[in-house]
Amino acid sequence: MVRALTILVLYQLIGTVLQQGTGLPVPGAVIGLVLALGWFLKFGPPGDDLRLTAQGLLKYLGLLFVPAGVGVVNQLGMLRQNAVAILIAIGVSTALGLLVTGVTMQWFLSKREAKGHA
Amino acid sequence: MHSLLPLPFFHIWVYLRTQPLLGLAATLCAWEVACMIDRRAGHKALTNPTVLAVLMLVTALLVTGTSYQTYFTGAVYIHFLLGPATVALAVPMYANWPAIKRNFVPILVSLGAGSVVAAVSAMVIARALGAPHEVVMSLGPKSVTTPIAMGVAQELGGIPALTAVFVIITGMFGTLICVPLFKAARVKDWQAQGLAAGTAAHGIATSHMIRLNETAGAFGGLAIGLNGVVTALILPVLVAIFGL
Repeated sequence: MVRALTILVLYQLIGTVLQQGTGLPVPGAVIGLVLALGWFLKFGPPGDDLRLTAQGLLKYLGLLFVPAGVGVVNQLGMLRQNAVAILIAIGVSTALGLLVTGVTMQWFLSKREAKGHA
Repeated sequence: MHSLLPLPFFHIWVYLRTQPLLGLAATLCAWEVACMIDRRAGHKALTNPTVLAVLMLVTALLVTGTSYQTYFTGAVYIHFLLGPATVALAVPMYANWPAIKRNFVPILVSLGAGSVVAAVSAMVIARALGAPHEVVMSLGPKSVTTPIAMGVAQELGGIPALTAVFVIITGMFGTLICVPLFKAARVKDWQAQGLAAGTAAHGIATSHMIRLNETAGAFGGLAIGLNGVVTALILPVLVAIFGL
């Protein structure tokens, strides 16, 4: 488990170094994610240790963002002042996102099915 | 606070407030209680354990007059694991890779379109309704899984704590509306439903879809990781070009 955590932290570190070096506006941890995925695809699947540690961390993802979420205590005024704008923006955009992805994917799948039957 | 406590306890309280232990213990306890409530309620969208734990801790900070900075000296030990957890998303993405490869173009096009529409429409609407710049930037990545969303918000000049809240509201709202919306728009295929839920409303909607259908759950899972990467790469470019 310590080795798996070391590997994850090192990927994050390499990603952060790349991000700082290149000035890319992408979080270092996301660059680390892409590098790790690239490694697995090229050199084979992650070992059991890494796989289990990753699953363990992701199982408690909800806990990991509690500390950041509590930071909202400093933003209560900002939230109250913009509550209407925020709720409308989230409501409409989430519905649009669901529709666009769902309808597009359904169109691709139906097209393929039609082709299969022809 | 001291008027409420007998003097010896007040001294202990004053001591503990300077230590990281209290923030750490409070976070873990709040999480355990939140999970218990969520289990008893049968895992409803409204009893999301993260929401419950945040509400409890915010209330505790306000009642005891503790600053967020003081709380965070302890909570930072949990917070720090977000980075390795983001990298860990590579593991389920790798496991889903055969499914992604089989439908590479349809998945990438559908997910990319939904991702851009959700992010841009949220920012444009908020700006049109007069929200300040930090709020608009914090809204951009709200469809993405929290660790990535907070990182992206930071890069865009938003407020990561606000983004964390927006991500959760998005997930809960997406969970409530996704099934009726799919029905109305005739999105029947489980693959399309799962992909849309994971793209627009990340892990919260996906965990809802998993309970409805396994294929939908798998496609939700791959959409969470892919949309995280797609948004992290595209959104800063879009913001730079259109100057939202």
